[in-house]
Amino acid sequence: MKKLTHNYCYLLLAAFVLLTTSCRKDPKPDGEKTETIFDGNIASTIKGFYLLNEGNLNMNKASLDYVDYTTGVYQTNVYSSANPEAGRSLGDVGNDMAVYGSKLYIVVNNSNKVEVLNAKTRKRIKQIDIVNCRYITFRNNKAYVSAYISAVGDANAGNGIVAEIDTTTLSIERRVTVGRQPEGVAIVGNRLYVANSGGYSPKNYERTISVVDLASFTEIKRIDVAINLNRIVADANGDLYVTSQGDYLNIEPKLFVIDTRTEQLKKTFELGVRTFCLDDKYLYTVNSNGQKFEYNIIDVNTETLLNRSFITDGTGAKLAQPYGIAVNPVTKEILLTDAGSYVNPGTLYCFDTAGRRKWSVTTGDIPAHFAFIF
Amino acid sequence: MKSGRLYVLLRAGFVVCFKPGVAFFAAMCWLCPALYGQDTASVKRLAEVQVIERTNTINITSPTPSQVLKGAALQRLNTLSVADAIRYFSGVQMKDYGGVGGLKTVNLRSLGSSQTAVFYDGLQINNAQNGQVDLSKFSMDNIGSIELYNAQKNTIFQPARGFSAGSSVYLTTKSPTFKEGSKDLYKATFKTGSFGLANSSILWQHHVSNATFSTLNAEYTHANGKYKFRYTNGVYDTIAVRNNGDINALRFEAGLKTAITDSSSWEIKGYLYDSERGLPGAIIENRFNYNQREWDRNVFLQSGYEWCGTVYSLMLKAKYANDYLRYLDPDIITTEGFSDSRYHQQEFYFSVASLLKLEKYWNVSISADYARNAMQSNIFRFVNPLRNTALVAIATQLKWSRFDLQANLLSNIISERTQTTTGKNIYKYTPTVAASWQPFNSEAFRLRGFYKSIYRIPTFNESYYTFVGSANLQPEYSRQLGVGFTFQRTRNSGILRNISIQTDIYGNKVDNKIIAVPSLNLQRWTMQNIGRVNIKGIESNLQSGWYVNDKVLINGGLSYTYQQAYDASTDAKPKQQIPYTPVHSGSALAGVLYKNYSFNYSFIYTGERYNQAANIPANYIEPWYTHDLSANWRQPVKGHEINVGAEVNNVFNQYYDVITNFPMPGRFYRLKMTFIY
Repeated sequence: MKKLTHNYCYLLLAAFVLLTTSCRKDPKPDGEKTETIFDGNIASTIKGFYLLNEGNLNMNKASLDYVDYTTGVYQTNVYSSANPEAGRSLGDVGNDMAVYGSKLYIVVNNSNKVEVLNAKTRKRIKQIDIVNCRYITFRNNKAYVSAYISAVGDANAGNGIVAEIDTTTLSIERRVTVGRQPEGVAIVGNRLYVANSGGYSPKNYERTISVVDLASFTEIKRIDVAINLNRIVADANGDLYVTSQGDYLNIEPKLFVIDTRTEQLKKTFELGVRTFCLDDKYLYTVNSNGQKFEYNIIDVNTETLLNRSFITDGTGAKLAQPYGIAVNPVTKEILLTDAGSYVNPGTLYCFDTAGRRKWSVTTGDIPAHFAFIF
Repeated sequence: MKSGRLYVLLRAGFVVCFKPGVAFFAAMCWLCPALYGQDTASVKRLAEVQVIERTNTINITSPTPSQVLKGAALQRLNTLSVADAIRYFSGVQMKDYGGVGGLKTVNLRSLGSSQTAVFYDGLQINNAQNGQVDLSKFSMDNIGSIELYNAQKNTIFQPARGFSAGSSVYLTTKSPTFKEGSKDLYKATFKTGSFGLANSSILWQHHVSNATFSTLNAEYTHANGKYKFRYTNGVYDTIAVRNNGDINALRFEAGLKTAITDSSSWEIKGYLYDSERGLPGAIIENRFNYNQREWDRNVFLQSGYEWCGTVYSLMLKAKYANDYLRYLDPDIITTEGFSDSRYHQQEFYFSVASLLKLEKYWNVSISADYARNAMQSNIFRFVNPLRNTALVAIATQLKWSRFDLQANLLSNIISERTQTTTGKNIYKYTPTVAASWQPFNSEAFRLRGFYKSIYRIPTFNESYYTFVGSANLQPEYSRQLGVGFTFQRTRNSGILRNISIQTDIYGNKVDNKIIAVPSLNLQRWTMQNIGRVNIKGIESNLQSGWYVNDKVLINGGLSYTYQQAYDASTDAKPKQQIPYTPVHSGSALAGVLYKNYSFNYSFIYTGERYNQAANIPANYIEPWYTHDLSANWRQPVKGHEINVGAEVNNVFNQYYDVITNFPMPGRFYRLKMTFIY
């Protein structure tokens, strides 16, 4: 009996040790991973580009990747490795990104901030707090950031704002109240155009573009377009291309052209635009009719839909959720991301000017926004 | 000692390197023959044997795997809510958003939390809106037992709903134990501690007549929900305080139970839960504070009648439930002010079950349930669905002392309509077979096995939530197969007085799993039947009772789960463990009873997990494990009793997340005082 008792004791002790011994690692910043994805060109005019992965809501997984044209190397998590002391990660839902001057601006929606980095070293210069910030654009050493909310905790403060940030001092200088839940922002001449969505009130979407005079920084008028506006871009001719998302039920999504000289609706394309980007005289759009995706090009000089797809090798049909797009302004190569199921790492594709796949690489979650570095 | 692998010095004297699971499993198997060979030398009934509490969480003869926590064993856990107690069972994954008021749901053997049915005093708590029950709302204050069954409860005489879930949790409130000559029992409890907790409850049980007693029970919980958490990547490192975790909750229960004759009984119960709480959001970069609030009100009235004859038995049950949920989000400002969503649900439920004893060894039963579920909401374009459900189960049981076979066929008939559609009908038939067999003369060892398939009907949210729901969803289909053994030995001499072990191996498949996927149309998510999961696992439990001397009694228990739950959807990569499912998990409990004092230790371990589908470093979650200690003192005073307890939980102050970015509390304290009159 005595011997048996000892057996039990040892075994229980062993089991206890097994269960209690530490298996946790010390926390450390998200690791940087590099891989070579194509042959680099040391003479490349554009040195490379940043890719912002949005990350899923509440996951705190927005991340910044970099593709180096001179070496062909793809680097992940460059924000975290350059700024481990700034926080645990870049933040939650990276919604927009742009380079202006020597600085890289990242709009992190659910983290209520705009990160300003040195575009070369990726070191944080400043964090600018803006609640529920959405998109960014620039003019004359000022950044303009749209945001959903004008005052926290005030039930009557349902309108959004655009904040004007000085790109030298990096502080907010002025604010202007625009429509409800403003999304995309674009500038033509001395006027800022803001696409209002009204997305928080599906019973009562917004249907206007706010026109803001940059000198006085006041909203001077609204242009009626269609419900639930989203993205907006201005071409060299002074035309705005603005998307409406419809009501997800009966009203179809469309693409509208607004002439800023008359501030009137000029043309309508029956396209359900998922994402687009403008390069020179072409607007590259990814559209969905609910059945499949189409990869169209619009000539913005003639305002016509060209009869060709910018993907020609059949890759387009394989993409689950084409999400972000950019065109290399020098080589005209097309960069397109697939967000897949949103909860898995996405894929970045590069297509040549003939629409054939050149290379692809696995990214972070929901790869979406691009910024080229010259 | 690197993660997952440890070195263990066994008594034999050599050093062995194990995965923790394998080692524990080996230890358990090694133990059985050693005990099995023991002779129960003494049949002398010693008083102390009765004192050794049967810590058993194991039901040895059940053909379906079951785990039970009741009586003193349950009290020793010192938990505030049912959710905290269920964590000690094997095969269980708790989703816990942290704090006193945080959502806590249970998922058994990776079938998904909406495949677990929760029964309160015999009737199901049904949430047609989202299919899952928040166990943090159920207080431990008046709970007498928690039973957990994989597949279903080990009886064929039960409502059809009892057959209709992938697995079931039964919560049973305490029955009174009146003192000699006393007609009333009063109990008052006060708990306080970390998170600004103030919890008080009163219980009055009255002996109305010989076979009738009434129960009144009220409980109020207040907590500010504040606790420290750590937010770090190793370089950036900060300790912050969780905000917006406050809760005020009131629970009120009234019941009457009577034995009309020796063979029939009737009971009725009314229940009210009313709460207001803050919803602490995800802790993300630059955002630690939240303003969202939630109100819940759950009311139900339920009644049951049972008549047991020698040949024929009858069970009737009825329930009306009314649930209200309000969610206020001041961060979303609509043209009508803050986003303020209200959801109402009503359920009417009626069940008839009949049991016929054909032979001494042969029973047959038929159960028929009807339920009517309706839901309304003020959210945009909500279609206010109405569901009529008819469940019919026919079952049979063949039972000899050494063999028990239970089989049933369940038919699921559902008719659903909404304001805008004439609706859809679903007809499904699913079988269950379970058996338990005692292969040797000794009653100590039994083998068991079961097969069960079940359809889970899509919830109202999955089908009709504006923009997200898909009305044409098919039910989720799951199949479970399990085999295992139970071993139990009780002795009247020696140090180890009682031991029980159960181990089961299982394989589950979930098809047509309902998951949210991005839609082709626009940047919206929709629900689709595209998920598949293949699950394989081993669960093991060990319970023991030790007698040191007349004054010192010890109880110990261990549980361990090994689980592979791979995403088998068409586009999934091979061998990817589904999110929030650890491969290894386990718990340990130990208690020492010395005179009027008891000291308890409990430990929970959850191995590494991933928070999204891809098993990559970016989605990795560290293992977590907490050690809890408590001490209790019991003193009779002039025929009454005072009970004082103190606890230190998460003793080593580990900062961890169960759900990514929803930090759990570090070390926290609780003090409990009970007076029984």
